[in-house]
Amino acid sequence: MGILDKHKVLEKNATLLLALSFAVVTVGGIVEIAPLFYLENTIEDVEGMRPYTPLELTGRDIYIREGCYVCHSQMIRPMRDEVERYGHYSLAAESKYDHPFQWGSKRTGPDLARVGGRYSDEWHVDHLRDPQSVVPESVMPKYGYLENTLIDGEYIQDIMSTHAFVGVPYSDEMLSEAQADFAAQADPDSDWDGLVERYGDKVQVRNFDGRPGVSEMDALIAYLQMLGTLVDFSTFTPDASR
Amino acid sequence: MSDLKDKHGTTGHSWDGIEELNTPLPRWWLWTFYACIVWGVIYTILYPAWPLVNQATAGILGHSTRAEVAAEIEAVNQSNAAITEKLAMTDLTAIPADADLNSYALNAGAAVFKTWCAQCHGSGAAGAKGYPNLLDDDWLWGGDIETIHETITVGIRQQADADGDYLRQSEMPAFGRDDLLENGDIDAVVNYVMSLSGDPMDASLVAHGETVFADNCASCHAEDGTGDRAQGAPNLADAIWLYGGDFDSIRETVWNARYGQMPGWSDRLTEAQIRAVATYVHQLGGGE
Repeated sequence: MGILDKHKVLEKNATLLLALSFAVVTVGGIVEIAPLFYLENTIEDVEGMRPYTPLELTGRDIYIREGCYVCHSQMIRPMRDEVERYGHYSLAAESKYDHPFQWGSKRTGPDLARVGGRYSDEWHVDHLRDPQSVVPESVMPKYGYLENTLIDGEYIQDIMSTHAFVGVPYSDEMLSEAQADFAAQADPDSDWDGLVERYGDKVQVRNFDGRPGVSEMDALIAYLQMLGTLVDFSTFTPDASR
Repeated sequence: MSDLKDKHGTTGHSWDGIEELNTPLPRWWLWTFYACIVWGVIYTILYPAWPLVNQATAGILGHSTRAEVAAEIEAVNQSNAAITEKLAMTDLTAIPADADLNSYALNAGAAVFKTWCAQCHGSGAAGAKGYPNLLDDDWLWGGDIETIHETITVGIRQQADADGDYLRQSEMPAFGRDDLLENGDIDAVVNYVMSLSGDPMDASLVAHGETVFADNCASCHAEDGTGDRAQGAPNLADAIWLYGGDFDSIRETVWNARYGQMPGWSDRLTEAQIRAVATYVHQLGGGE
């Protein structure tokens, strides 16, 4: 009895067919996914990566809430045209604290992986209020209402705890000071030494929207202005085997 | 129908007398299928594929997207190396005299401008409210090519550079918000400023405004209101307005002040790119 004849057993038994189909798909899944968890070169170590500050994380949530990812990706691919336009290609390590990640190639708007520092805060305010006032050919909608919604970071500690739960290295101190750090980053007149001590020198403390109070606009601009600025590429040596 | 039945036979299945022919798969399909399997095996040998203990097999071709993009960028840089080096070495004022170099600088500068500058200054460089027009003769910090080059390099109102020098720094006081001037004085000085290049809203206030101007504004904007490029104080007498020239806009400027910023580009662009875009901007029409 040849193997082709045995196949008839599978075709006549739906439960067995389902179970064995699942087994085949599982093998494929294991071969493709499991190695990513143990291969040393999946995520390379780079200097400078840190978790998002409370204000940046809030901005990131607003970014996701408003669906910015529908038009903007955050993944510069290793191709000459992208590298010359947007900067160094993105590394896996640069989105290791992203839950969820913002990779993609849908570019109705430009890639934002390295938008930090590229424009002034004032430009971001003008642009979010009315994109066409600075880029007449833009098709982006207006987001002026963000600056009218004041926020106090009431739930930021819970959000950060959730991120810590899935592996973002927030320390106990970062969690307990979350709401204070949230307010301090948007107020240069406050005492923000603790914030810088916890998150590093590259934390940008400014009144991002130029208006009193912490608005959603502050949070979003704080997030945009730090994107892609953490890794110092002058000290980075790419490993060709990745 | 019966021809096919004779040729291939049936599978033996029969439902209510309807039999299933045992027609083999077409040859072309079968061979394409086998070819795909062979191609798949060869591909995993040539290119990175199979995960092992520490890393995946590298493939005998040694292909790497990172190495490929680095090589491609290097090749383009190499092919332009002679002229970019020349651009970086040549005295800025001497670039226009060299036709080849000038043509390269203008084209490369236009590309840099459209990628990095157009979002604020507009794709035609005409600017927008709050973002200077680069086509006209009105320059905040100076319009000769050396000054333009330095402005692009250090930005406007940015952090200190590596030597701790603060370049292109200045800050207008917020005369209203910070209670430096009375409401009436502000109305007067706004009318005076309007009168410098046009008609004031209320001519009766101009005389008083002139005194206020002399006491509070002239140290930066000059006594005649023509500004001071050393500190980026705009010319108020040329009827060119960065933030609007109507009464309300000027009053807003005096009340809250303005603090326009531009990133410094020395971290993101090479010296040759900065020189190219400086040449491009200088030759847009307003260069001095």
